[in-house]
Amino acid sequence: MSDYMNADRFISIEGIARHYPKAGGGQTTIFDDLWFSMNRGEFSCIIGHSGCGKTTVLNILAGLELPDEGVAIVDGKAIEGPSLDRAVIFQSHALLPWRTVLGNVSFAVSSKWPDWSADKVRDQAMRFIEKVGLKGSELKRPSELSGGMKQRVGIARALSIEPKILLMDEPFSALDALTRGTLQDEVRRICLETGQTAFMITHDVDEAIYLADRIILMTNGPGAMVAEVVENPLPRNRGRIDLHKQPDYYALRNHLIDFLVTRSRSFKDEIPPGYEKRHPPVVRPTATTAPNAGLSAA
Amino acid sequence: MSSNLTLRASVLSFVIFVLFIAAWHIATRQIGSVATMDPEYAKLMGLTATTGKSAMPGPFDVAAKIWEHLKNPFYDRGPNDKGLGIQLAYSIGRVMLGYCLAVCVAIPTGFVIGMSPLMNKALNPFIQLLKPISPLAWMPLALYTIKDSAVSAIFVIFICSLWPMMINTAFGVSAVRKEWLNVARTLEVRPLRKAFTVILPAAAPTILTGMRISIGIAWLVIVAAEMLVGGTGIGYFVWNEWNNLSIVNVIISILVIGLVGMLLDQALARVARLVTYPD
Repeated sequence: MSDYMNADRFISIEGIARHYPKAGGGQTTIFDDLWFSMNRGEFSCIIGHSGCGKTTVLNILAGLELPDEGVAIVDGKAIEGPSLDRAVIFQSHALLPWRTVLGNVSFAVSSKWPDWSADKVRDQAMRFIEKVGLKGSELKRPSELSGGMKQRVGIARALSIEPKILLMDEPFSALDALTRGTLQDEVRRICLETGQTAFMITHDVDEAIYLADRIILMTNGPGAMVAEVVENPLPRNRGRIDLHKQPDYYALRNHLIDFLVTRSRSFKDEIPPGYEKRHPPVVRPTATTAPNAGLSAA
Repeated sequence: MSSNLTLRASVLSFVIFVLFIAAWHIATRQIGSVATMDPEYAKLMGLTATTGKSAMPGPFDVAAKIWEHLKNPFYDRGPNDKGLGIQLAYSIGRVMLGYCLAVCVAIPTGFVIGMSPLMNKALNPFIQLLKPISPLAWMPLALYTIKDSAVSAIFVIFICSLWPMMINTAFGVSAVRKEWLNVARTLEVRPLRKAFTVILPAAAPTILTGMRISIGIAWLVIVAAEMLVGGTGIGYFVWNEWNNLSIVNVIISILVIGLVGMLLDQALARVARLVTYPD
């Protein structure tokens, strides 16, 4: 366990499991003995098919659910429930429809700092509303906003409490491609600017390549496992527009697609020699390595 | 288009009204056969027999009487002769008192039932049993225990307003979207603050619907209750005028009861519009 005391290991998932009772008795194991970690200031994405328990992992990190076994540790403390240190951006934006944009963000700010004056709360909320480009719409209600604008409010609300970790559950999946692109740019910019640690669930391979420093690959459930952790070989200053021109782009993309199409299913039956649940292999697909070269390296 | 529709609807409403009044007028002005009889006997028989005039008043008799009531709604000439305004004020006062008491009990109780599946299951049999009881069935028990007819009427209003509000509040509270509750949870909002800033606004439209149903029922019940307890109120007035054989006043009271009921409902509908949020 000594390596888990590593200072870099900001978030550490240690042997968590989730079981559901089966209809005919007994139980289904969505995943068990799941281990992975994230470093401070890092952007991690988790990719896997529906039903592999990604959302459960995120909910455990958010403290909305507790694992049946194992523990999730953040900043040296086990997660026992929701915390203002961990902000969630919900897939369905989850804005309170009877509050304005400012009201929604202020609600979060005043929850974090209950003794702040109304002016101070307002200033903080406005700062983040401006950051996501919604200045001028702060008095509108969610029903008057487009899907993209609503999700911007969700982002502003999550960031306004200055969380240690930003948790995102497919935040852009309900948006059209153009809006999604702009919001990805904004999230990336804000996370880079502030050194925000972030964890995101996605189905979109290109989204993961653009945003993530590390991509966690989960096999299909039930009995899902972390197959490997992929390090993003693309330069940090990558842009969304010229992503595909990066030399390592196709190596990485093919690796991810290959995983989603075939290996997410077959991994369970062909567990590579030396695979340890506790230390999932870390791979770094680049143009110079052959398609599955990373595996043997691990 | 919609203003055109409103205009056409108003014209149609007016036509229906005029037709109704005309039909009423024609139906009541008809002269029946007049029997020849001893004048002493005719005095006892009343107008129907002697002049052929229907005892059913026509629209103009009613209108004239309404005007009379409007000119002096608050006179008080003893226990059996009070102005329509005074009678209405008594009824509205009773309804308001019983209804407000019911709000104070039903909404917090509904909140608890909605929040706690245990309380929901535990209290459900009682609510299901008590809800279908006609409020007037409580009257004898209320009269016996409270020993005051005026308070008993208020109690009956209280008990009949209670259930729709309680059930709707419980439903609204239990149906608050999980994602909103999750927002509150991730923001570590304290229970009391969560109740007032998330659950109450989310459930408010459903609660208001319950309140609207309740005020409607309360207004229905007060008329019947006042017929029973007597003394004052619009319900008592209807019954008293029936005993006086003043059909004009009975018709006027029916009209006024409808009017006040509509106003009460509209007032709550307006409040409901304030708390409704577009999704």
